[in-house]
Amino acid sequence: MASLTKKENSPYWFCCFTAPDGTRTKRSTKQTDKDKALLVCREYEKAASDAKKLVLTENQAKKVISDIKEKVLPRVEVVQKNIVERPPYTSPLLNSKIPTGPIEEKWNKHKFDLKLVNPANKRKYEVIVVGSGLAGASAAASLAELGYNVNCFCYQDSPRRAHSIAAQGGINAAKNYQNDGDSVYRLFYDTVKGGDYRSREANVYRLAQVSVNIIDQCAAQGVPFAREYGGLLANRSFGGAQVSRTFYARGQTGQQLLLGAYSALSRQIGLGKVKMHTRTELLDVVLVDGQAKGIVVRNMVTGEISRHSAHAVVLATGGYGNVFYLSTNAMGCNVTATHRAYKRGAAFANPCYTQIHPTCIPVSGDHQSKLTLMSESLRNDGRVWVPKSPSISEKIRNGELQPSNVPEAERDYYLERKYPSFGNLVPRDVASRNSKEVCDEGRGVVSSGLGVYLDFSDSINRMGEAAVRERYGNLFDMYEKITGSNAYQNPMTIYPAVHYTMGGLWVDYNLMSNVPGLFAIGEANFSDHGANRLGASALMQGLADGYFVLPYTIGEYLAESGWGDCPDIESSEFLDAEKAVRNRINKLLSIKGKRTPTSFHRELGKIMWENCGMSRNESGLKSAISKLSELREEFWGNLNVPGEKESLNQSLELAGRVSDFLEFGQLMCRDALQREESCGGHFREEHSTPEGEAKRDDENFAFVGAWEHKGDGNEPVLHKEALEYEEVKMTQRSYK
Amino acid sequence: MAITGVGLFGFIIAHLLGNLLVFAGPAALNEYAKKLHDLGPLLWVARLGLLGMVGLHIWSAIKLTAANKQAREVPYKSDVLPVDGHRRDDIAVKFAARTMIFSGLIIVAFAFYHLAHYTWKVPQINGIHDDFETYYVQADMVTSANFTEGEQGKNPVDVYRMVVTGFKVPWVTGFYVISVALLCIHLSHGLSAMLQTLGIKNKNTEKWVDKGAVIFATLLFLGYISIPLSIIFEFVKLK
Amino acid sequence: MGKLLNLKLRVWRQDNAEDSGRFEEYDAKGVDTDMSFLEMLDVVNEDLLEDGKEPIAFDSDCREGICGTCSMVINGTPHGGQKGTTACQLHMRQFSDGMTITIEPWRASAFPVQRDLVVNRSAFDRIQQSGGFISVRSGSVPDANATPVAKEDADLAMDAAQCIGCGACVAACKNASAMLFVAAKLSHLSLVPQGQPERERRALAMVQKMDEEGFGSCTVTGSCEAVCPKEISLDFIARMNREYGMALIRKGTV
Repeated sequence: MASLTKKENSPYWFCCFTAPDGTRTKRSTKQTDKDKALLVCREYEKAASDAKKLVLTENQAKKVISDIKEKVLPRVEVVQKNIVERPPYTSPLLNSKIPTGPIEEKWNKHKFDLKLVNPANKRKYEVIVVGSGLAGASAAASLAELGYNVNCFCYQDSPRRAHSIAAQGGINAAKNYQNDGDSVYRLFYDTVKGGDYRSREANVYRLAQVSVNIIDQCAAQGVPFAREYGGLLANRSFGGAQVSRTFYARGQTGQQLLLGAYSALSRQIGLGKVKMHTRTELLDVVLVDGQAKGIVVRNMVTGEISRHSAHAVVLATGGYGNVFYLSTNAMGCNVTATHRAYKRGAAFANPCYTQIHPTCIPVSGDHQSKLTLMSESLRNDGRVWVPKSPSISEKIRNGELQPSNVPEAERDYYLERKYPSFGNLVPRDVASRNSKEVCDEGRGVVSSGLGVYLDFSDSINRMGEAAVRERYGNLFDMYEKITGSNAYQNPMTIYPAVHYTMGGLWVDYNLMSNVPGLFAIGEANFSDHGANRLGASALMQGLADGYFVLPYTIGEYLAESGWGDCPDIESSEFLDAEKAVRNRINKLLSIKGKRTPTSFHRELGKIMWENCGMSRNESGLKSAISKLSELREEFWGNLNVPGEKESLNQSLELAGRVSDFLEFGQLMCRDALQREESCGGHFREEHSTPEGEAKRDDENFAFVGAWEHKGDGNEPVLHKEALEYEEVKMTQRSYK
Repeated sequence: MAITGVGLFGFIIAHLLGNLLVFAGPAALNEYAKKLHDLGPLLWVARLGLLGMVGLHIWSAIKLTAANKQAREVPYKSDVLPVDGHRRDDIAVKFAARTMIFSGLIIVAFAFYHLAHYTWKVPQINGIHDDFETYYVQADMVTSANFTEGEQGKNPVDVYRMVVTGFKVPWVTGFYVISVALLCIHLSHGLSAMLQTLGIKNKNTEKWVDKGAVIFATLLFLGYISIPLSIIFEFVKLK
Repeated sequence: MGKLLNLKLRVWRQDNAEDSGRFEEYDAKGVDTDMSFLEMLDVVNEDLLEDGKEPIAFDSDCREGICGTCSMVINGTPHGGQKGTTACQLHMRQFSDGMTITIEPWRASAFPVQRDLVVNRSAFDRIQQSGGFISVRSGSVPDANATPVAKEDADLAMDAAQCIGCGACVAACKNASAMLFVAAKLSHLSLVPQGQPERERRALAMVQKMDEEGFGSCTVTGSCEAVCPKEISLDFIARMNREYGMALIRKGTV
């Protein structure tokens, strides 16, 4: 029976009803009037029970959803508008399994409710972990500590080299060691707000809760965090946060945390509980009876293809930023694992959410292979500007004028001008978009025209070169190494670059995808950052998933599915998957065309960056989708991969990755096209305020968009998971 | 290496201090020599200890070198000079460090000769027709009561005369000077490496330790060569 | 855009671990001085591909000098000789027009060549697995501030912990010794209070494993420190020697 409740900090009535999967669910009615709320609530329940009775196909689910709209429409005039514009009900494919109860209690309650695996039985289970970054290494180690047998795979030559290692800034945790008013709730609130209200409240709250344990864990592993003279941990404020909650180890926090997780993993490898497979790349996920039960991999040294079975498969394979060719990701980062999982039936959520970092070193030429990030902290003391007139910029680009000779009156400190209260410290997405804007106006300053100044001369005049050197010396050195220019004398040049991808495999509260037995953790899933990630939160999420969430939640699935024999790797499912993998490799090698994998990757990146990068519009996205089809066709007709499959063949590896990126890029564009609003890292030109700021549409787009693959050649299907904000009130971000 | 190195280093200092008595005249040197000989069994303990240490030092050096060769079975193939003008092995390696095994081997050869010359008194090894076995302390050199005149075939030997006669031969002195030079080069790295191995040398003390090792090795060198050179140039001669 | 250079490359080519290998010469024309060294190789590889030849296999991943994947001896010096710089961060403005550049893989018995410039450094992983950790289970730990760490110790531990495990120390050492790598890890863990309980066990296990893996020994030549892209100090080797010596005595092995 449906009932209404009210919460202290929300103006809306909440409806409690039984969801299609039988769980008691609470959902906001978005109504302040109790009677209207009751009407809406009854419809919720009816829809749920209808949905439950039907064995839902996706079309039927759609019908249920549209039925609700139709039924509600004629009956309640006043409610009508709200109902029509409410996001459609969550697809039955996407049961988020968010526990009931107050947000503070959800995780604890859930941990208690989760089924446990008897300690003596844990050793009967096999788990595959793909990836050895923060999430993968910490999960593999923690699972092995619990007693599970783990097989861990990575494409690098050592698990210590995963790209988590390159994170510089730090890791957030709600420790409140600085006594400045931080709390779990505040970190939760900041993360939801920072994610532009496109993340799941319950997940984010859990993330904030376990953040505290992460720091304890890492300190116990011997991670040399920065300390104060008293011996206690030091903190800094990061990414515009109002409190100092970021823990750090010089500019190498990611490295130190990863080495901590790697040491825990190494210990388990030494003990024989984890078997590590390095230089081994996942090429397919194997499903048996609709459940993920194994993978097919290629040994990158010998070219050997092998099948591995397990009771569950965990993907910790990172993000897909390299779809843009140029990004701050490592050369090897790829989408293959999650894309293959998607093609096997796992829903891919929010692929259009990508984070563009504003302070990277600009591209220097066509040879550029990757981009290098400069810490965001530089914006604390550097001032961003470009010349006011394009003609001056042109002179600078041609080398006829030095930036120091541009008079003050001719400089446009555009961030300070447009956002007087935040100035140069506006969030990443805002800073990035503005850089693009001024460069599009022809005011960019490096030879490519894609760069703006980050000028320290005022800071040097104010506090002296020595003070600047003390704060940023290593960054200035790195800048000089790469560009050959001395940033103490000339202003730095920076330009935005792809940095992180918030989208990923759709997962429920247990971090399991819609394919039973297939888990995704870290950057590979979509769950915690919404449409935009806060600085110093990526490390937090990776480790939270690996150390403190997955080891509990995987037990539920394993306990339910039992420890019976792992599926036989000689079974038809495995043999078919291997055959498909072999065919694909043979095909790549047999095309013998003219173009190199890199040239396709570069072209793909250009299409994506221009149409699905910092700002997107309908026509651009549509043209990108058709261009990508053409490019894919050319790829499969004109690719040139020399060498053999039974050897170390880096061209072959790259070709395989690029082929997946080509397919995946289209999915990103589709998702960006579907999301007719601007939120976080996703900016649609059609949906902006007259001043050009992002305009969110909470009425219609407060949902997770998860795509289901429907076979090659068919359009994928969008499923929606409605996002309910019970704790945090949605507001428009403003940095004016 | 370091531990045996410490022992050998101790011997080298003691040996020098003893030998510098040559400047104090024949009596002092011979008295010192006799005292050493009078130690009897203790002298043999010292000799065996020293021999053992030399043996261990060489044995570990050979073992180390072999193991180190094993650690790079396939050597670098390129023979280019890097930009900074060093061979690849010597990115920071000084001459001394690179040549430890060679300087060591030459020193061993010299030590044998030196022993044959003065301890075993092999006749005519120095090329002069004079047998050291016949050098005994003469009555006029006796200075103290318990120091008696030598007899044929018995101690005390006239070490002073032996030393002076021996180093009168230019090539003996030449070989000696070269060997001592090598020894001191060996030591200049050995000392600093030893202190590094033991952790006494670190970034704070590095400058001092390295300088100290070179100064010390140079002092040893000067001390040792002062004896034969003084003899050759007749600052020290037979009375 | 920077200046353009024309260079001659002599690159070690080896089809697999069994192959004896050889140098091959390539022309690198119109190399932009703004390129990184690896980007220069990328361009050469693209040209090779277009000629239907197999590109030069070399390791690289993050290309920002932190993952430790890139590994090549450039003109006789691991990582190319710019102080504190990995090969991926070395830029072509360090070279001059007309130069011949010789590129070889790391050479050490413990790092067998797998192909061209790619070597197998799993020996480092095995040393780490023998004891390079603090044994704590996820979750069973005290509050992070319950154990204060003197700032000086934390800073020194961080100096050691910066090691990226690239293996340049081994490549540069005339004895192919891994002492700097092992010393960095041991020093890091023995400098923090959390690492004390296992201190001796760790020192014995890691040093023993290092010897088993076939690395040479330290003769204090200092070339490891000179090429280390993270400029890790030789002093840590002394610390390791003390650590190992004390462990031998305390554990009664000597």
